[in-house]
Amino acid sequence: MVELAGVAWRAEDNIDVLPARDGNAIQNYMINFGPQHPAAHGVLRLVMELDGEIIERCDPHIGLLHRGTEKLIEYKTYLQALPYMDRLDYVSPMCMEHSYVLAIEKLAGIEVPLRAKYIRTMFAEITRILNHILNVTTHAMDVGAMTPILWMFEEREKLLEFYERVSGARFHAAYFRPGGVHQELPDGLLGDIKDWADGYLRVLDEIQGLVADNRIFKQRNVDIGVISKEDAIAWGFTGPCIRASGVAWDLRKSQPYDAYDRMDFDVIMSDDGDCYARFMVRMDEMRQSLRIIRQCLAEMPAGRHATLDRKVSPPSRGEMKRSMEALIHHFKLYTEGLHVPAGEAYVATESPKGEFGIFMVADGTNKPWRCHVRATGMAHLQAMDFLCKGHMLADAPAILGSLDIVFGEVDR
Amino acid sequence: MTALVVNPELGRHSWPVMSVVDGIEAHLTALLGDAIVEIYEHVGEACVVVTREGLVGAVTKLRDDPALRLNQLIDICGVDYPDRAERFDVVYQLLSMAKNLRLRVKVTTDARTPVPSLTGLFPVAGWYERETWDCYGVLFEGNPDLRRILTDYGFEGHPFRKDFPLTGYVELRYSEEHKRVVYEPVKLAQDFRSFDFLSPWEGTDYVLPGDEKAEKIGG
Repeated sequence: MVELAGVAWRAEDNIDVLPARDGNAIQNYMINFGPQHPAAHGVLRLVMELDGEIIERCDPHIGLLHRGTEKLIEYKTYLQALPYMDRLDYVSPMCMEHSYVLAIEKLAGIEVPLRAKYIRTMFAEITRILNHILNVTTHAMDVGAMTPILWMFEEREKLLEFYERVSGARFHAAYFRPGGVHQELPDGLLGDIKDWADGYLRVLDEIQGLVADNRIFKQRNVDIGVISKEDAIAWGFTGPCIRASGVAWDLRKSQPYDAYDRMDFDVIMSDDGDCYARFMVRMDEMRQSLRIIRQCLAEMPAGRHATLDRKVSPPSRGEMKRSMEALIHHFKLYTEGLHVPAGEAYVATESPKGEFGIFMVADGTNKPWRCHVRATGMAHLQAMDFLCKGHMLADAPAILGSLDIVFGEVDR
Repeated sequence: MTALVVNPELGRHSWPVMSVVDGIEAHLTALLGDAIVEIYEHVGEACVVVTREGLVGAVTKLRDDPALRLNQLIDICGVDYPDRAERFDVVYQLLSMAKNLRLRVKVTTDARTPVPSLTGLFPVAGWYERETWDCYGVLFEGNPDLRRILTDYGFEGHPFRKDFPLTGYVELRYSEEHKRVVYEPVKLAQDFRSFDFLSPWEGTDYVLPGDEKAEKIGG
């Protein structure tokens, strides 16, 4: 980079055509943003071509967390492959499982009891709040606000305790299973979720008061990374990112699954399409998630947590001690696994980040022939070049934060 | 034709419920003409297999057709069937937000024949095609930036092909001697195990040791 001493530099000037007085050619320079950068949200390498501080081109290099999940799944039975889903988007594990189990249920035509649908819906919304807490606060941190992440992670910890109580694991839950969920809810959990839900709204309002009207936060986000409705559709945006661009599209409403057709909630949207709009859409979505959780708590039907079809869902341990039939079913289910009839299906759910789809090709055996994961973040990250062009370098972390990228999912 | 019907199964199943178009097969046949190889439906999802040459035209028509308006390309992926002459399927998932519809478009190809790129219609196709190229080695004609995307810099081979071993060919480690990461042929501490849990009473076609004698005696 040539020193531009004495040349009055204005933002609207194209630095390429500025006269180089000493005869040297002036050229843009490249920087590596990441792969080890706290604002890269994982292992992202952004190769940026900068013109001064203005981003001319931005080329994301992904795949640093590629583990070949789709290939591994082809070598596992349907049930063995389920925990790989948790490791995709490790910020919202149960929503990843959701698409996967629904794909199996669709192909195999498995009926699910209403209670299991409600439990799944409730935990999908808990997961949505879990995800949005992380995204909203790290987004705020990327632009300089340290406090929200410290405040909100306390709430996140409470939600992870709910995870632990139903599944035994804080993150890699493997709780949603074909035919229902793995275990019945422990005693007292619903009451504790209700207590948490009553207090959470106040915490949310506090954080919103802390961040949303903050002058610095607004300066860093309003009118940054604007994407229009048409562009958002063309670039494959889904979820909060497309709703922030003025498209009222929510798979929970338009293509309801599990108990969402029974839920009363609003689709949050904004017309601005900038980083601030994406942030606010997520904040308001958390309030809608609370509404759904409350409805699930109020309406939670009695019944079984999983189907009684023993070719799909295992018998209880108590049953196994008494019934030979149950023991055989248990053994067969955990060695051979369930057979899914040959065919193919694409099932997409509204994960907290957007449309998360599973394209499953079954060949009639106990292992999938192909299981493709439609990663939400991949489409969003691809638009980084489009969104960053002409912005300042400091805007890149704000844009990246507002897109909600998690590399476990993007790289698979 | 193309009356949108709300699926009567709403709320019965756990999986997503979508609108279904009455008589979509006849509509697609009229719309796409001889680009169609096959149309089929499975578990309520329509899929149309088109010719490679007709792909761009077909997807353009599907996008602009007022009855379908499939305006978003959701996903592209490859599927490998090594037994077929044209071993790869390239699968496109299209979504219509206006009509609440999904449609799957497929083309087949082999390792040499390129598939026309959709980057001109949908910019989002760029990375998806790169991924399919990287994982399956399917070439896309017209993609301006067909680099590898998920695998390592300098990776060789296409790992999602069925004939590519799960453990790969190389493994890497940090070499204190060379002060950098070095690649070495993969060494397995034990043989790669692939358990066959399929019940011998249903579906297996291998011969159990000793069974061939019975066949001989019988024949």
